[in-house]
Amino acid sequence: MTPSPAALRLANVGKIYGGRRALSGVSTAFEAGRVAAVLGPNGAGKTTLLGILSTLVAPTTGEVRWGDDRLGHGSPLRARIGYVGHDPGLYGDLTALENLTLFAALHGVPDARNRAQALLARVGLTEAAPDAPARTFSRGMLQRLALARALAHDPALLLFDEPAAALDPAGADWLTTELGAERAAGRVVVLVTHDLEAAAAVADQVVILRRGRVVFDETPAGGFDAAALRASYEAETRA
Amino acid sequence: MPESPPVGPRAPGRPSSAPRAPSFVSQALRIAAKDLAIEWRSREVIMTMTFLAVVVVLIFSFAFVVEGARPPAPVVAGILWIALVMSGTVGLGRAFDREREGEAIRSLLLTPAPRAAIYLGKLAATCALMAITETVLTGLCAVLFSANLGDVIGRVALLLVLGTVGFAAAGCIFSAALLRARGRDALLATLLYPIIVPIVIAGARGTAQLIDPVSPDFDGARFWTEFLVAVDILFVTAGLWAFEPIVGGD
Repeated sequence: MTPSPAALRLANVGKIYGGRRALSGVSTAFEAGRVAAVLGPNGAGKTTLLGILSTLVAPTTGEVRWGDDRLGHGSPLRARIGYVGHDPGLYGDLTALENLTLFAALHGVPDARNRAQALLARVGLTEAAPDAPARTFSRGMLQRLALARALAHDPALLLFDEPAAALDPAGADWLTTELGAERAAGRVVVLVTHDLEAAAAVADQVVILRRGRVVFDETPAGGFDAAALRASYEAETRA
Repeated sequence: MPESPPVGPRAPGRPSSAPRAPSFVSQALRIAAKDLAIEWRSREVIMTMTFLAVVVVLIFSFAFVVEGARPPAPVVAGILWIALVMSGTVGLGRAFDREREGEAIRSLLLTPAPRAAIYLGKLAATCALMAITETVLTGLCAVLFSANLGDVIGRVALLLVLGTVGFAAAGCIFSAALLRARGRDALLATLLYPIIVPIVIAGARGTAQLIDPVSPDFDGARFWTEFLVAVDILFVTAGLWAFEPIVGGD
């Protein structure tokens, strides 16, 4: 099969922090127009993997390729990455519009302010206290704003690090819908989560990490059944 | 004019092109403007810096100045520069706090803004805040100590500007390096002060030579001014070089 040029391919990626092996020999691929969920117990290497995909962490071994280009420090592809973490990645003293305008402008988006206003409408925050600093926002509003910030430059790769942590059920449902929308938009979506049900509901591909190694990597045509995924997870991550 | 990227869904699989990155200078200015806009709203750092500077000058004036007698120029210059360094350290301690809170630093590092532009933006904002404090500080010293500033204010201001740039250039690097360190305020002063000793010596000596009411030494002051220019070039160059590995995130 010819590899998709839009795919993100990891070959033998490893990371060692001061003698501790966080990732080892990770090889997989994430395709455009799919949501890939990365699961695993605490310390399995999920956040390290996301750090490497975001280019903010350099792998000790192996490489990540996006089409023909190598992803890493200095790669122009860095500008095509959007990141939503459990922290919003925003300035709490700026308003929602100011935050989005700032990041859109730093990404070189033309007419950054109009773009920011359009994104606020896109995530349903147009009416949300236009003069209020972001630190006064609820957790759900901050995650909406964080997604808008990540979309400001129309990224091709969207990374989510436990984005639903501390969200209420309505916020989690909204996030699931948004993940589907980003998949439909043709982006590569990688979601790190502990929520197996949410992963089963939205993911096309599931990668399970255990002690820094890939122990499960499947992309079933019919999607995932939550109970079956939980059984696989428990079997693969049992010590 | 180029259009903004679409907000809604794009066609599946369609490769997207990155917007053109803004110029280095505009990115640095945007980061500085962001810091100053935040500070303008809260005035938290500038008020603390100025308050501390005024308190330091008052304490030294009670300790060292005999009532009715004009203190020697080196004493006035020393008080001015010590107050400047102490208040500046408070500002530097907060320089990267807003990047740390909410992990805004990660979002900043994922933009195409060169690390050097981020550094220069932070440096410019820190210098601007220190300049405001210095204006108050210089005026206070002139009034309290009857310092002879009238004819030499331009030269003293040049010394202060150069000292501020060198101090902030070194301080921004340490402040960034201590972004996630516990006890970073104490560590910042411990690491920074030995490095900025030449700046304080040059600034205080040059200022004392300029404000000497009997015989101002302009040649001596010129030497210290040129010395500060050299130190600034060294510190800013080192900062531009060191900032990338320090905030690299790895």
